Amino acid sequence: MAKALDLEELTRLYELMMTIEHRMKEIGEDFSYEKQVLENRLEHLRKPLLGELSPWEKVMIARHQKRPTALDLIPHLFDDYTEMHGDRYFGDDPAISGGIAWFGDEPVTVIAQQKGRNTKENIKRNFGMPNPEGYRKSLRLMKQAEKFGRTVICFVDTPGAYPGVGAEERGQAFAIANNLLEMSWLRVPIITIVIGEGGSGGALALGIGDRVYMLEHAIYSVISPDGAAALLWKDASLAEKAAELLKITAQDLFQYQIIDGIIPEPGVGAHFSLTDTAKQIRQHLSLAIAELHSCEIAELIEQRYEKFMKMVRFTESEQTIASSAKPSILV
Amino acid sequence: MKPGRDQGIYCPDCDGRVDREKLYHDWKMCPFCQYHFPLTADERLALTLDRDSFRPIAEGLLTEDCLQFPEYLDKIEQDRRKTNLQEAVLAGVGNIGGHEVVMAAMDTRFRMGSMGSVVGETIVRAIRYAHDTRLPLIVFSASGGARMQEGIFSLMQMGRTAMELGKFHRAGGLYISVLTHPTTGGVTASFAALGDIIIAEPRALIGFAGPRVIQQTIRQQLPEGFQRAEFLQDKGFLDLIVSRPALRETLLKLLNFHKGVRAIG
Repeated sequence: MAKALDLEELTRLYELMMTIEHRMKEIGEDFSYEKQVLENRLEHLRKPLLGELSPWEKVMIARHQKRPTALDLIPHLFDDYTEMHGDRYFGDDPAISGGIAWFGDEPVTVIAQQKGRNTKENIKRNFGMPNPEGYRKSLRLMKQAEKFGRTVICFVDTPGAYPGVGAEERGQAFAIANNLLEMSWLRVPIITIVIGEGGSGGALALGIGDRVYMLEHAIYSVISPDGAAALLWKDASLAEKAAELLKITAQDLFQYQIIDGIIPEPGVGAHFSLTDTAKQIRQHLSLAIAELHSCEIAELIEQRYEKFMKMVRFTESEQTIASSAKPSILV
Repeated sequence: MKPGRDQGIYCPDCDGRVDREKLYHDWKMCPFCQYHFPLTADERLALTLDRDSFRPIAEGLLTEDCLQFPEYLDKIEQDRRKTNLQEAVLAGVGNIGGHEVVMAAMDTRFRMGSMGSVVGETIVRAIRYAHDTRLPLIVFSASGGARMQEGIFSLMQMGRTAMELGKFHRAGGLYISVLTHPTTGGVTASFAALGDIIIAEPRALIGFAGPRVIQQTIRQQLPEGFQRAEFLQDKGFLDLIVSRPALRETLLKLLNFHKGVRAIG
């Protein structure tokens, strides 16, 4: 795919420019001519490309190996992140990292789905696919936050729940459902940011937020485009088409009022500049926290409920159709 | 149909040939192995509620093609004709041995019982109705999961039903969730899993990920009885497994235990 290649090229050029900028700043070497040339070339490439990224290209950006993970972002957003392990029932799930940190002068609870940054890490973190322990650890930390009046900040980045024997044996459906229920009445503000892939129930298990944001090129979907293609057309290679139909981009979901805001990404995506991405996230977090703190807790919970209640689409007919509702007696 | 077979009904579990008439006299269970054939929503209501006691609620909710998904409304229309249902769930008020209850029953013939906006909204309204009228709530789940063609709106129905149940539970309402074959995906991971009491029919398939997806992922033989009701009870997720002929009596018994229980506010 030509565009995909352009994207890689663009990333490479951006990285080159970062190096040049770094050298100029740190070492004082003068590369201003090279920088100018690069900038022109980048602008030339970037404009037409970013304006019309297809949903599938966004999927590729969201899954990009170099995309910042939550643990990359956390040091740029918070101070003293102190990770807490385990669900106190079964084990500790490395696919979700959670703990306490300072956001400015306020302690907050951070819960983050974490993909690996390389193959070895991915095996440890199960490619960011949580097991039930992960959801239960998240809930434990949320209840802890509730007790001490800490705002909860969740980072979503998962292909989805884990389709594994153990995950089913330990009741992942029950764990996810319980998170949805408990988050609906948690007596502290909840802010969720989808930073990469928001895969189905695994994402929603951290997604009942007073504010839900997505990074500009993140995706959020009921099923992965690959999974949808396999189910609909028995052909996973049609994922590109499915990505289009499913309406999974931040822009689509903002329009549907499923999310409360889109956090801009620098350059060709968050992987271009970690610090710029973090800066944008920090701004959104500050604003959201200030807004949510000014709200009475009972009111906050009611608003959370009302917000999600609007996320439905149907038509209501005046007359009752068909007599299907009357049960027929068995033969 | 396998070659050399007639048009008759064969049990999907033991492959025995089942006489159609006898099937309906036997609670739609296989006479050889007691496999519980899925019931339609109509049959479920008729089998559970006192005769002629059912009054529908949340009628007239029509499916919307919110994502402009190709062929979606055609498929809905086909299933409407096939099932004489508007959507994959029926909800209403009825009596069980004189106890008035709010009841919803899903139907897997309609888009595999998948949950889109209308299913989600119907469940939400049933919960709210039970809350407002202070009646117990009983939901019979049967579902392939979230409905793909409504995308993110289907996913959000998991949140909505769970949140509405949150209000109902806080108000002290009684919710009995009955899981029937098959209950998977987003329905299992939302309202179906949140009952005060969770009952399943014998050998019902219950899970989040479907067995085929799991098998493709791990590329191993799945354990015997994996994701069946008995397996789930063994793992600690089901209160009761009750076969179909005993189900009404069991519900009646449970309703009696909770006679004074009323949702408030």
